[in-house]
Amino acid sequence: MSVSKPLPHDSAVLHVTGQARYVDDLAVPAGCLHLAFGLAPVARGRITRMDLAAVRAAPGVDRVLSFADLPGPCDTAPVAHDEPLLSDGAVHYHGQPVFLVVAESHHAARRAAALGQVECEAETPILTIDEAIAAGSRFEEGPRIWSDGDVEAALAAAPHRLTGRIGIGGQEHFYLEGQAALALPQEDGGMVVQSSTQHPSEVQHKVADALGLPMGAIRVEVRRMGGGFGGKESQANALAVACAVAAAATGRPCKMRYDRDDDMVITGKRHDFRIDYVLGHDGAGRILALDVVQHARCGWSMDLSLAVCDRAMLHAGNCYLLPAARITSHRWRTNTASATAFRGFGGPQGMLGMERVMDHLAHHLGRDPVEIRRANYFPEVEGGGGGGGGGRARPPPPLRGSPRDISEQKKLEEAPRAGLPAGAVPGRGRRFGGEYSPEARGARTFYGMEVTDFILGGLTARLLETSDHAARRAAIGAWNAANPVLKRGIAFSPVQFGISFTLTHLNQAGALVHVYQDGSIALNHGGTEMGQGLFRKVAQVAASRFGVGAEAVRITATDTGKVPNTSATAASSGTDLNGMAVQAACDTIRARMAECIAGLHQGDAGAVVFEGGGGGGGGVVMPFAEAARLCYMNRVSLSATGFYRTPEIVWDRIRGQGRPFYYFAYGAAVTEVVIDTLTGENRILRADILHDCGASLNPALDIGQIEGGYVQGAGWLTMEELVWDERGRLRTHAPSTYKIPAATDTPEVFNVALWEGENPVTTVYRSKAVGEPPLMLGISAFLALSDAVAACGPDYPALDAPATPERVLAAVARVRGRG
Amino acid sequence: MEIGFRLNGQGVRVSTPPTRTLLDWLREDRGLCGTKEGCNEGDCGACTVMVRDAGGARALNACILFMPQLAGKEVVTVEGIAGPEGALHPVQAAMVDHHGSQCGFCTPGFVVAMAVAHLNGARDHAVQLQGNLCRCTGYAPILRAAEAAAEVEVPAWMGEARAPRPARDGGEVSPPYAPRSLDELAALYAARPEATLIAGATDVGLWVTKGLRDLPEPIFLNRCADLARIEVTEAEIRAGAMATMTAVLEVVEGSLPSYAALIRRYGSVQVRNAATIGGNIANGSPIGDNAPALIALGARLHLRRGEVRREMALEAFFLDYGRQDRQPGEFVEAVSFPRHAPGFRVWKISKRFDQDISAVCGAFDLTIEVGKVKAARIAFGGMAGVPKRARAVEAALLGQPWDAATIEAALPAFAKDFAPLSDMRASAGYRLEVAGNLLRRYFAEMQGTATDAREVRA
Repeated sequence: MSVSKPLPHDSAVLHVTGQARYVDDLAVPAGCLHLAFGLAPVARGRITRMDLAAVRAAPGVDRVLSFADLPGPCDTAPVAHDEPLLSDGAVHYHGQPVFLVVAESHHAARRAAALGQVECEAETPILTIDEAIAAGSRFEEGPRIWSDGDVEAALAAAPHRLTGRIGIGGQEHFYLEGQAALALPQEDGGMVVQSSTQHPSEVQHKVADALGLPMGAIRVEVRRMGGGFGGKESQANALAVACAVAAAATGRPCKMRYDRDDDMVITGKRHDFRIDYVLGHDGAGRILALDVVQHARCGWSMDLSLAVCDRAMLHAGNCYLLPAARITSHRWRTNTASATAFRGFGGPQGMLGMERVMDHLAHHLGRDPVEIRRANYFPEVEGGGGGGGGGRARPPPPLRGSPRDISEQKKLEEAPRAGLPAGAVPGRGRRFGGEYSPEARGARTFYGMEVTDFILGGLTARLLETSDHAARRAAIGAWNAANPVLKRGIAFSPVQFGISFTLTHLNQAGALVHVYQDGSIALNHGGTEMGQGLFRKVAQVAASRFGVGAEAVRITATDTGKVPNTSATAASSGTDLNGMAVQAACDTIRARMAECIAGLHQGDAGAVVFEGGGGGGGGVVMPFAEAARLCYMNRVSLSATGFYRTPEIVWDRIRGQGRPFYYFAYGAAVTEVVIDTLTGENRILRADILHDCGASLNPALDIGQIEGGYVQGAGWLTMEELVWDERGRLRTHAPSTYKIPAATDTPEVFNVALWEGENPVTTVYRSKAVGEPPLMLGISAFLALSDAVAACGPDYPALDAPATPERVLAAVARVRGRG
Repeated sequence: MEIGFRLNGQGVRVSTPPTRTLLDWLREDRGLCGTKEGCNEGDCGACTVMVRDAGGARALNACILFMPQLAGKEVVTVEGIAGPEGALHPVQAAMVDHHGSQCGFCTPGFVVAMAVAHLNGARDHAVQLQGNLCRCTGYAPILRAAEAAAEVEVPAWMGEARAPRPARDGGEVSPPYAPRSLDELAALYAARPEATLIAGATDVGLWVTKGLRDLPEPIFLNRCADLARIEVTEAEIRAGAMATMTAVLEVVEGSLPSYAALIRRYGSVQVRNAATIGGNIANGSPIGDNAPALIALGARLHLRRGEVRREMALEAFFLDYGRQDRQPGEFVEAVSFPRHAPGFRVWKISKRFDQDISAVCGAFDLTIEVGKVKAARIAFGGMAGVPKRARAVEAALLGQPWDAATIEAALPAFAKDFAPLSDMRASAGYRLEVAGNLLRRYFAEMQGTATDAREVRA
């Protein structure tokens, strides 16, 4: 079977030899024109005068388009129709495209664009969350509030309260391949678009809309992207629409790619957040109630912000059972680039907020942060779910103020998990007893979803053991006592990430599979390849269905002409959705073939085995190519579509109730760091990760996602800092000023292992999604920095993210009582 | 202008505008699209190419490499790394085997940088790749691939077959733009003081790729071999202005370890292979890392205009932000500095350890005799409009007993010396605090206290 093999990326050899082609590498027909945007010079205001004479007169310029020259608004927004391709006169952020240069070369277009004179009547921009709050500048009519239980009462009744705040910076995607598109006008007025996009169907839709054509007149193709990370889910639209509009106007092919600085200025980033929390707890480490207020800076347009903020809310409790909870989410509209999807889609911010709460609680109580976390985990379901453990009633509200004997709880907490008496079922609540036991509280999230697949208890125990956590923690304490300048820190953090698009209708996928008469197989599906190895995994699925080697499956570019109405390759769903659709298509063909061959041999179709398919016996065995030839000769259709929709999910985003996720993916990390208390400089020394991919379709690719996700998450929370000035100009718009991790930032000791198990729900070969969840393992690096800072003094570090050297140094001063 | 060089083993002769970059030429004129544009400013390494000449093979960023800089050299792109009949180079095979590529866009740059390191026998893989950004893998599989490939011999096709030819191929450069010696340059520049001198182009390159500037009358210095010479005597190092930072690193590695450690963080391998010590000084940046180190070392700057030479203490060269003591037609010929300075330490502070621009760069050279501060030279970058000595701090230390009380007493003097700015790299308050703390670090290190986070192991 091809699945579960650690095969290399489908394009690995093309990558290393430089033969893999990206949009900008494609040979273009003669006469191709190149585009560049002229950008708004202020963050907010109205354009009063645009003098583009010098732009038009610049060498190589074919034409210059402004809003009035467009065939319509040419909206590029994914949800609300609030993003005209070019400013309609209103300027909403510094760097907003205001005119479009069409020129003979990329450089001619860029040089000409710089010559535009755009005069604006500037207004005071709303840049920060505080400014947006003051101005009441928001999306939706008010905050979204999801609550479960009577939070006010539970907080009032809680013996102890803890309040705090964390500021969380955004993140630039820094896909190595910048945004790019190429539009090729067709003889019938249609358009073929090559786009570096995670969402070809949306590009198709927006291009059709801009040109006033039916979607069927537009074909969008994506062979691969040089990285996406969410940054090409909606942000690719503008380039494709610009190219299509210019191509329609000129009748010539048009190509556009952003220079890196333009890319960073124009396109959206991860939302920055501020999270305020009030925690009610029992003084012994147990959560009684949590009231969280999330403020998200969404930028000037809605983009995907509502869904991003919803997911931040959904992960506001991470993997912890909250007896009473209220999550309030404000989506602030500001005069900054419109924040967009970024790996985790709000989940990381929400989860970091919760991990801050746990870190703060542990510090406040002077307790081991790992034990505080474990004490509040969801209960573990034996066997990891599969329908077990459901149906429990909601927890009763906590008893108010009655004194309780916690001695037994304490004893059980202190007992290591691995040392549970034989027969005790981890997570069945015995480790607590009493009125707050998980048994009594059920295993439901605050949004009403049963947690039936919880494995973090066992996973945590294993990771703590393999990472030698306890001994290292002790050693670090001793080391810190002997070192006045350098301090080490260590932290554990768990991840529970919900898998499915929260917009339920997006959870569908299609596939188109052809078998040719020589036995070769061509594979198409709606997912896009951005480096994650989707094509390889899906090809492994197809190969396994047909019983052939993965090399027999020809992977082709994603093409809206082959598979329509696709969802973005996002939400970690690429393999789950497309793998199942491909499986369905393959099974349709395989069944036809088996029936044909069984008929020819008077055998049973169920017993037909293609060579290499393993198993079988007693039936008909023949090489796949021979089978394909026979089927062709016997006039059997060797092409089929496949379709999949995720079952069982129901979600009401206004009430915040339902089952938004088909299942959860889990993981945990232990990170050790060192800081310099004189400068705040810091370094990751070691990371140990245990992550759950279900039954991995390809362990090598999955480990690659985990390692890369961890480093990207750690980068987000340490060195990657976006800085805007008081005029709303992004000051960190190139790799010279915006620092993503480099090779020397990867942990010197980096142990990554996969949790052995399988998905209790029926995903493709019982695997689990892996794209986004590992990013949040990087939270452990941030918490380790907090731990190291905490070694400097008695107070809580209350670090904000990213923990740059400057923030770490300030936190050191704070814990020493000098902040 | 017309230049000649070898590309993937084939001689080429190209007529090119002087500021056309190799990257654009490869992709647009030659259709060699394996070399990628990631940032167009030399910070991501996606455009890394191998350039070879008599001095050996080195990795360079093609996006800020102007065509005339290649005259007479051999360029190997990712398309030229594999062997005959497509046999994968060991680093390519290892990258496949170890899953070192995901999206693949940075991969060609990594492969070329790795092939250069492999050819040169370098084993410090993370340092060799500090100039190549990858957003997908977290680098772990790439470093594993580099380690694995290091165990495999350099393939024959990387050796003799690609050995650089004599400079005959490059002899076509129009002379006005490319002097062949220091004397030619001196005469040319004195006659054309409006010209732009182009050394490694790691800064000037951005004037073109990002500033979209035309550079009328560029003068390329890459053929002035005598301007790149480094003279080492028992007491002194004299580095010609065109000495690359890679060359400077090799020379200071033994005798000035702290300076060497700073240079290893200066840009990346690709940047250090192009950037020159003279260019870094002459552009007058307040955040160039050589200046504070060299000022603290007591470096002397050697200037030349025509046949007229003069020299000065390096700190005297930096008059004000954007203004140096350099006359029209005058250029930096060399910088000289002591070869040994046991009390010398320099540190840079930045958000990322490698390949970042300093928020603060502090350099110290103190002499302690019989328990007292006998001499002190302290200089900082990032703290003012110019690289600058901390005279008030020096004064507060001089003659004082070498103890913690003296250090603490000297700290307020930093605010007399410096009133730094806040920008995207750091706030003014942080800069001032850290500047003082670097003095504390200096003292702590001299007392034997562990202060280097880089030396801590898990």
